[in-house]
Order: sequence, then C-alpha cells, then structure tokens
Amino acid sequence: MGRTVKLTVNGQEVSREVEPRLLLVHFIREDLNLTGTHIGCDTTSCGACTINMDGKAVKSCTIFAVQADGRSIETIEGMAQNGLHPLQEGFWEKHGLQCGYCTPGMIMCANAFLKENPQPTEEEIRWAISGNLCRCTGYVKIVEAIQYAANKIQAQAAQPSETKEVVA
Amino acid sequence: MSITESDKDVRITTPADVCGMGHRMKRKEDPRFIQGAGHYVDDIKLPGMLYLDIVRSPHAHAKILNIDASAALALPGVLAVITGQDLKAAGNLHMMPTLMSDTQMVLPIEKVVYYAQEVCAVVATSRYIAADAVELVKVDYEPLPAVVDPFQALKDEVIVREDKEKKSNHVWHWETGNKDATDEVFSRSSKVVKQKMHIPRIHVSSIETCGMVADWDKINEHMTIYMTSQAPHAHRTVVSLVSGIPEHKIRVISPDIGGGFGGKVPVYPGYVCTIVASLVTGKPVKWIEDRSENLQADSFARDYHIDAELAADANGKITGLRVKTLADDGAADAAANPSKFPAGLYSIGTGSYDMEAAHFEVDAAYTTKPPGGVAYRCSFRVTEAVHMIERMTDIMAHDLGQDPAEFRMKNFIKKEQFPYHSPTGWDYDSGDYHRALRLAMDLIGYEDLRKEQAEKRQRGELMGIGISSFTEIVGAGPSKDFDILGIKMFDSCEIRIHPTGSAIVRIGVQTQGQGHETTFAQIVAEELGLPASAITVEHGDTDTAPYGLGTYASRSTPTAGAAAAVAARKIRDKARKIAAYLLEANEEDLEWDVNKFMVKGSPTRAKTIQEIAFAAYTNFPQGMEAGMEAVNYYDPPNLTFPFGSYICVVDIDKGTGEVKVRRFVAVDDCGNIINPLIVEGQIHGGLTMGLAPALFEEIVYDENGQNLSGTFMDYLLPTSMETPKWELGKTVTPSPHHPIGAKGVGESPTVGAPPAIANAVVDALWHLGVRHLEIPITPPKIWKILRDNGIDED
Amino acid sequence: MIPGKFEYFAPSSVKEAIGLLDRYGEDAKILAGGQSLIPAMRFRLAQPEILVDINRIEGLDYIRELDDYLAIGAMTREASLEKSALISQRYPLLADTAKVIADPLVRNMATVGGNLAHADPANDHPATMLAYDATLVAEGPDGDTIIGIDDFFLGLFETSLAKDQILKEIRLPKPGPGSGGAYLKIERKVGDYAVVGVAIQLTVENGTVTAARIGLTNVAGAPMRAKNAEAALIGNAPTGDILEKAGQAAAAECEPWSDLRGSEEYKRDMVRIVTKRAIRKAVERVGA
Repeated sequence: MGRTVKLTVNGQEVSREVEPRLLLVHFIREDLNLTGTHIGCDTTSCGACTINMDGKAVKSCTIFAVQADGRSIETIEGMAQNGLHPLQEGFWEKHGLQCGYCTPGMIMCANAFLKENPQPTEEEIRWAISGNLCRCTGYVKIVEAIQYAANKIQAQAAQPSETKEVVA
Repeated sequence: MSITESDKDVRITTPADVCGMGHRMKRKEDPRFIQGAGHYVDDIKLPGMLYLDIVRSPHAHAKILNIDASAALALPGVLAVITGQDLKAAGNLHMMPTLMSDTQMVLPIEKVVYYAQEVCAVVATSRYIAADAVELVKVDYEPLPAVVDPFQALKDEVIVREDKEKKSNHVWHWETGNKDATDEVFSRSSKVVKQKMHIPRIHVSSIETCGMVADWDKINEHMTIYMTSQAPHAHRTVVSLVSGIPEHKIRVISPDIGGGFGGKVPVYPGYVCTIVASLVTGKPVKWIEDRSENLQADSFARDYHIDAELAADANGKITGLRVKTLADDGAADAAANPSKFPAGLYSIGTGSYDMEAAHFEVDAAYTTKPPGGVAYRCSFRVTEAVHMIERMTDIMAHDLGQDPAEFRMKNFIKKEQFPYHSPTGWDYDSGDYHRALRLAMDLIGYEDLRKEQAEKRQRGELMGIGISSFTEIVGAGPSKDFDILGIKMFDSCEIRIHPTGSAIVRIGVQTQGQGHETTFAQIVAEELGLPASAITVEHGDTDTAPYGLGTYASRSTPTAGAAAAVAARKIRDKARKIAAYLLEANEEDLEWDVNKFMVKGSPTRAKTIQEIAFAAYTNFPQGMEAGMEAVNYYDPPNLTFPFGSYICVVDIDKGTGEVKVRRFVAVDDCGNIINPLIVEGQIHGGLTMGLAPALFEEIVYDENGQNLSGTFMDYLLPTSMETPKWELGKTVTPSPHHPIGAKGVGESPTVGAPPAIANAVVDALWHLGVRHLEIPITPPKIWKILRDNGIDED
Repeated sequence: MIPGKFEYFAPSSVKEAIGLLDRYGEDAKILAGGQSLIPAMRFRLAQPEILVDINRIEGLDYIRELDDYLAIGAMTREASLEKSALISQRYPLLADTAKVIADPLVRNMATVGGNLAHADPANDHPATMLAYDATLVAEGPDGDTIIGIDDFFLGLFETSLAKDQILKEIRLPKPGPGSGGAYLKIERKVGDYAVVGVAIQLTVENGTVTAARIGLTNVAGAPMRAKNAEAALIGNAPTGDILEKAGQAAAAECEPWSDLRGSEEYKRDMVRIVTKRAIRKAVERVGA
C-alpha cells in the first residue's frame, strides 16, 4: 500500500514511503519530526496546522501527504534564516502569542499573506487570519505583530542589502 | 484611540537592565514558540510507544448489553482492548473520585450516562491502527431515556446514578448569607426586581486538546506521565491514590500547554485508561483527544439556572439580594472547586454594591450530560455571579428610570469602606470602583454616546450601551477555608542563586500561556536586583518543582507570586548578613538599593547581589550555611479582589438581528502590575473569552441528550473578524495584604465582559419592553423581538 | 480523527481519470480540493475505497474570458477567483461568492468544480451558478457533455453527472449592458456555512428589470432557484414594494428547516431580507 513521496521541505529534499491516507500534518509531525506544526481540530476550522505549500498557506490536516508529492512546503521550522524572520520578531516584540499553540500556524498564514499583500491594513490582516483560531490573545496583538513584520520587511526591501553594496 | 500604551500608574523601581516589576519585558519563553520548538504532549515520542484511542457511546443514556472486541483484537497491530470489567478486576479502577468527592466512571460496567462517554479503550502500535480498531468494536446498547433538563431531573422519574446509595438526581443543597435578614430587607424594600436567567453550558476549547503519554518502567516500578495538566502535583497525588503506585514512584511532567482555561484541571477517563494501558503493556502509551472528543466529553463550564431578586429602597439604593440557583452537574459532580465550596465562590454575587443582606441557595442535579463544572477562565463560578448581579443591577436601574452608570455610582461600595465585609462573608481587600467606572466613561465618551443613542432612537435605529462594574475574587486560597481533596491551597516557590549571580526559580504553579517564565523572573528581579534575563523559571515537573496546587482561578500571582517574593526576601535577609560580613559593618547599618546592600551614608561601601552570591559559596561567615537558596509555601491571608468597569457599545441590524460590537472599553484594576505587556495580553484574551459566550458559544443538546455542537463547525469560537479591537484602560489599587500588591488578572475580563455585552443589547431594546436576553444572544433571539414589535429593516 | 484506508490514484489526464472512474464505479471518489471530502473521511462519514486525485491533471485551472462566455477550469481554486481582477471587475456576483466561502486558507485549496460537484445546498457556488445561468462542461467515456445548470443539481449531494464523468469547465454568460449581480450571505461567524445566502444576477433596462435569476443557499434540500422571486422582479422597477414582493416570494418558496442556525421561520425571514439587500446591491452595480 505504500507510495513514495518526494518533496522539498524547508529547502531540503525528502523522500518517504507513506500510506495514501496519511494526512500531511501527520507526515510532517511524525515522519519528519517537525513538531512545530500543530493539530487543533478535525474540521479544517482552526488553522493550527497551517503550512505553506508552493507558497500558499494551507491547512495540512486537510491534505494527504501523497498530494504533496513533488511540491515544496515550508513549515515554521524553516522560517528563521540568518536570524529570526520579521514575523517571528513581530510576534515576540508585540506579545502576539501566549500559549504558543496557534502561533506557528498564524505565522505561516501571515507569511504567505504578506508576500501577496506587503502593506496590508488592519482589516486586511484580520481577514487574512480569519481561518486561524487563537484562544489566548484576542487577536489584537497578533494583528500588531503582523503589522510590525510588514513594516520591517518593507524597510528591509527599501534598503539595499550589504551584499548588493559589495557587488556594486 | 490607543489607550493601551499608557503606563503612568505602573510602579517601576528597577532599571531596564534589571527589569523588575512594571517593565514591558518581552517574554523569555517566546523564542521556542515562534520557532516551532515548543514542546507539547503530542510532540513527545518515546521508543516503542503505543497509541490509545477510545470507543465512545452514541447514546446519552443506555444499558451496555455486550462489548465484542474480537474483530478489533484480530486487527494486526492491536495489542489490547480495555473495558470497564477489566478495570474493575484490576482493583475497582472502573470508578474514580472527582475533585468534589463524588465518583465518576472511568469506563462503564452497566450503563453509559452521557453522549460520547468512554466505553472502552483500544491500544495499538499506531494512531491509525488504533482508529481503525475503534471502528471494529461492536457494542450493543439498550437505550434508556435521556435526562436533559435539570428541573425535570429533580422529579426523579429516571435516575441517572443508580450506582449511588441515594436514588435521586438531587446532588446537593448549599446556602450562604442570612436568609431571615434578607427576607426582612425584602419585606421593607419598596422596589424589587426579579429575573430568571440561564448561564448556558460552554466549553473552554483550548486549541490544544487534552492528552497524555504514560511510561511505565517495569524494572524500576516507576511511572513517568507527560500530561496536559494545569496542576501536575495535584494530579500526581490523585494518580497515586487511585492507582496505588507510591507517590515517589510517579513523576508528572506538564510540558508546554496549549491553553488551559480550567479544562486541564480535572482528571479525565482517558488519562486513567492511558496509565492502565502502560501498566498492562509495559510500554509507553500516548493518548491525544480529537477536537470532537474534547468538545463532547470533557468538562463543561457554567450551566447555572438562576432565579434572582434584587431589592432597593425608594431612593434607588440597593438593599438586598436573594438568589436561588439550580446547577446542572451532568452525570457527576466533577466541578473543580475548593472542597468546602460546592458552588464555588458564587456568593461573591453581591458584586461591587453595598447592601444590607443577601442570601444564596444552590441545588445541583444529575443529568445525562458529561460531568464537569470547570472554570472557563474564571475563578470558581464568579462569572455566573457577576452576570447575575450586573444584569440585575441594570434591570433595576432601567426600571427606576435611572442611568445605569449613575445608578452604579450611587450603589458602589465606597473607597473608604475597604476592607469591606460583604453580606455573604467575604472581606474585600481593596477597591476604588467609582474611579474605574469614571475612567471607562471618559475613555468611551459615555455622555456623548447617550446623546447619540437618543438621537438614533428617534430615527428608529437600534444602538445600546452596556456597563459592567465587576468585582472578582481570586487567589484561592487561605488554608483555613480552601483545600482540594484535603490539600490546602497554598502555593510555592523555591529560589537558588548560583555563585556567578544567576538563578533558578521553581514554582508550584503551571503556565499555559500566562508567561510565568517571564513574570516570575521579574518578581524575583524586583526583590533581588538580579537581571530577570539571568533568572530561569522552571515548573511543571513534579520531580523538581515544589509542591503546588497549580494554575487556575487567577491564583498564580496571588499565591505563587507571593511565594516568590517571600522566598526572595528570605534570600535578601541572608544576603544582608553576608554583606555585613564582607563590608565589616553591622547588619542594621546596611540599606538595600535595587541590587546591592550599602552602608548608610557611604554609598561607595556596597556589595552587589552578584558579589554577595559569589561570597555565599566562597567567602561566608563562620557558622553560616553555604549557598543561597530559599523556599516558601505561601498561605495567603485573604483572597484578592480585582475589579473593573467595562463599557460596550453595540449596533443592531434591524433586518437580521445581528449585533455589532462597535466599541468596548475595559478598565481593569489588578493591583500592582508585574508586566503591562502581559497584562494587556491577558485582558485581550479574557475579553474575547467573554465575548464568546455572550454572542456565540453554547454547548447544545437535543432532547435525546445528543451534543449538537460537538465540532468547531457548530461550537463557534470567535475569529479575528468577530473580535472587536479592544480598548484598555487601567487603575492601580494595590492589594494591601499581598507582598507585591498584585491581585491576578487572567480571568477578570472573562468575568466582566459578558454582562457588559448583554446589558448593551438589552439597553438597545429596552424601549421595546425587553428586560433580559439569555446568552448567547444570537441574531434569531433579537430578530424575534424585532418582528414581535413590528420592527423591520425599512 | 483518522480516515479509513483507500487506494490512491493520481491520473495525469482526464481520460485516465475517466478510465479509473469507469473501472471502479461506486467505489471511487474524485479528490479535487478535498476541503469537504477529507474532513468527511476523517469522520468516516465518507469511506471511499478508491480515491482519484485530479490535482495532477494539467489544464483544469484557468480563468479566461472568451467571445461568448467566461470559462473557468473546474480545478480553479477559490482564492484565484477571489484575487482575479477580471472577476472582481466584471463578475461581481462571483467575486462576492468567492470571498465568503469558508476561510482564506481553505480557499487556497478548495476548487470551484468541487464546490459544485459536491452538490451541497450549504455550499455557496451552486446558488451563484444558478443565478448566472451557468453552463457546465463534463467529460465522460463518450466525450464532452454540456449541462445547463438548471439540470445539474438533482438533490442533496446529487448531480446529473454520471459516475464516470468529470466536471471540467464552468461557463458564465458575459455580462451584457445593464447587468449586475451580488451574493449576500448571513453566517454565524466567518468560515461558517450560510444561515441563508442569496445570489442574484439581473439586467435593468430603462429602470425596469428585464432579466433576473436568483439562487438560494442552504434553505432547501438541494440548491434552488427562487423562481417566484425572479418573476416578481421581471418587468418591474426594482424598488420599494417590488423588492418586498420578491423577498417575500423567495421566503415562501424556499424550504428551510430549524437547526442551530435558527428556526425555519427565522430563515425564511432572512431569505426575505437578504433577497432584498442582494437585489439592491445588484441594482447599484448596474449603475456603476
């Protein structure tokens, strides 16, 4: 019954044999031991399992691992590159988390969102995270965290990076 | 408007590098959570680990005729199916005590008494095989009539608990206050308002469900338990008492917890089955609930049917309160209350108002619903009490034709009356209710809103303004009154200062997101001047943390927070001795300044806490014990009484009955603030968990006792779109008896918000003759009123 | 919540998929976006033995305006509809609909074809496509079949698609002069299925409604048109009493039931209210 899936996870190629019914979230958590992606419901309601697949934010509890064959996925574990990602920084600075359980899903949701909409309004942010439930924060500081990240990413983009300067 | 950044009342005595109380310190625990390195129970994977899944009842009430597990056992990978009979044979483990000294089934022998009740447990080599095996267990039932309505239950036509000696669905009767005095007050009061109300069954629904990994080490006869526990020590004791495993052979580890809110206080059958499965198989066993199991079978909150009467004199001065209540306990009294308080702290229901007399009576009934009575982010039934008194106050004000704000101002306990002895026997430690309400009114622009409302009403538009001026009662509690299963409700802290001046602080309470790793470091930093960044806070491991009763009911800061300050002060006392020795001065000649002892009058002659810590291991006075550590088990002299005033503005859609919360201002007073950033987060979250039952959440049963709201598709947690942008304000009235003047804050907003919202909706509709609406106030309820009054959108 | 076992196929062409459907008949189920099917499988409410994943088939994900109609590939994700400038400018009824289906993350996976083929009256696209008078293209062993939307929905979870047919394309008439549309939905919270939903597409000429189609969400056992409401509108100016008449007609002809979302009576009245509001919004868009 096993099927081989090959995919890119946080930039690394992985290949595993899986049962077709294996949910992607279980594949990520159990087979790859990337436990930052969480499970909070059975009905595609809570978004704790949100990852990015080919750049889009999706709920990994409602995708079979076999569907991810050949695709590229990114999880919370892949976010920090040369230091924290601005979203991670924003959640820390603005107290955008309490128990931390919804946080990876929120960050991954916001990650895909900010790529499409780099300068969102508060209303647009609230809309973007409306498929991710948080029971602790009341969302106010999550919104602030995402705004922080948007500003930081904008500022970084506006400034030529050091490498570019060296090349020039 | 951003009110949240104003820290003008926050007391700060330490510089930023020390980061004691009052600093907006970024949380120390966050780096792991934002990088996906949090460590929750389901993240634990042990070699050879098995998985447990549970067969549940499709009936609310049914005899079990037969359980046939043969097909399940024949499935490759299935190791065991555990039934109630197996547990009974293993030493009557099929029943377990509840925290309220009732009993509850772990697994049934004869009948099931609620929908989704655990019927038997399947143990397999994988989560997927266990789920397959659950489908293969055949259970024959003979359905019995469900008992859904607690008033009907009291007629005893169908007995829920036939296993008990008393063949009745009446569980207990409890009363407090002075009945005769209250009756007398009512007889001479010119105005009495009456209202029945139901505070419906709701569910905490932390985003992480409950779960456990039990790991029985046969050789050493030692059980390690990883558990979603808000109270690991209490759970260790319960496990020892139930299983007979000596307590020193049990280690309970509560790792990162994905939200608790009271739902992770009780012991659930799934936990016991998991422990038994590990004992039986000699392997580690994991059990993680599904969301549906969590919503359908775990402890509920609330479910109080209230009949209240409030009396006032001709001048509109409240004189007395008389309350009768029926509590729907479900199939067992499994509330998580202190033992002496079957109805929790419900008698705080006289609220923020000075009155002559009050009397509370509560009865409890068994029904065929899941047992419980946990908090949902509230201190033992305070939410029910506050909803009742704040609704009654509003009804009285409206009935008397008085502005609800003015009416409250007139009836508040005055600042100079504190400490205030309430008619039900509580001693409120401190308060300044007038100031908090006035601030809330100023922040929201109360008088202008009333004008706007009057104008809109002229035009037929529906707008309402609701107030709630609540008094909380938290920090259980003083040992003379407060215990759980006999264990007094102290809490604890142990501090060790390392030679190089960093420290470890271990506490008996257990964070589920409240930020203990940060706030407790700040408390100790405040007391000792060590940088909070150099202080590790550890909790949740019963092998290392001092015994404590855990985190719920906003008790961490009032109890363990006090213990941390007291333990730190013990260390400071020793530090003074060492400093005197090092400085060759008399102890009495030394004074403390942020982080050092100095000789009075010669500030250059000083020793920092770091220097003193090093000396405690390297150069201490002859005869003194080496090292620098202290422990304190803090027994609070009283509870603390946080308070606040909330004002909510709603607009109602005349066409659909939809309620839009336009603005919500929350002024909270939780005494001295340890970390404003964290306090704001707690209030935002608490307000959202107040909004939820006011407008959205309810666990609904049909007449057969089936749970109709057993998934997140029908149990409606608010999203970012339903949640308003909360506006906060604060006053600071320190607790006079708490070592750092703090009071606890996590639950105030959950307690205070629902009546503010309900009052706003009723306020919008009062001119139509509406006195009360049951929460959750859903659009269909409002729609009915609108159409009954001939109101349509055009 | 773990799905039961199944055998998995990921065909790379429609033909191959049809072959699988043909071979396995009732045992097979198509996996499109999976956002309804997978939760149903997790609850074991659906236990297909064979899953035919059509996500690997190229060329089913597109939005193209042709001479006569707008063509939408069946595997077009809801998010693509939501973000399409063409759709938001020229097909506001569809844009409204895409925005309120489930939540933003679900919309990244969920497909318009899956939403229709599932034939759940609680889904939002059926009402919208009824209002648009959409045409569906399905392929089976004997080639393509064109199905008018009025002939597509047969009942709850039931369509006129044969077991071995695959929905490939949805065609919407291009908006003519004076046309406008809107979808309005009452939901208990974001992400919820509709308490009621009303889709309307109409044409107004010289102040008179000359054409109107109205679809209703979640108020009958199958996706339905509010034909009496349409009749009340056509030939009249869409104002005042006429709106009320149309709303009342829709309220009378729908067949809601009482549940957690409200009583039958409440839902009927919401159909009345929302129908009126949707008409107003559609008419406003005619002007715009």
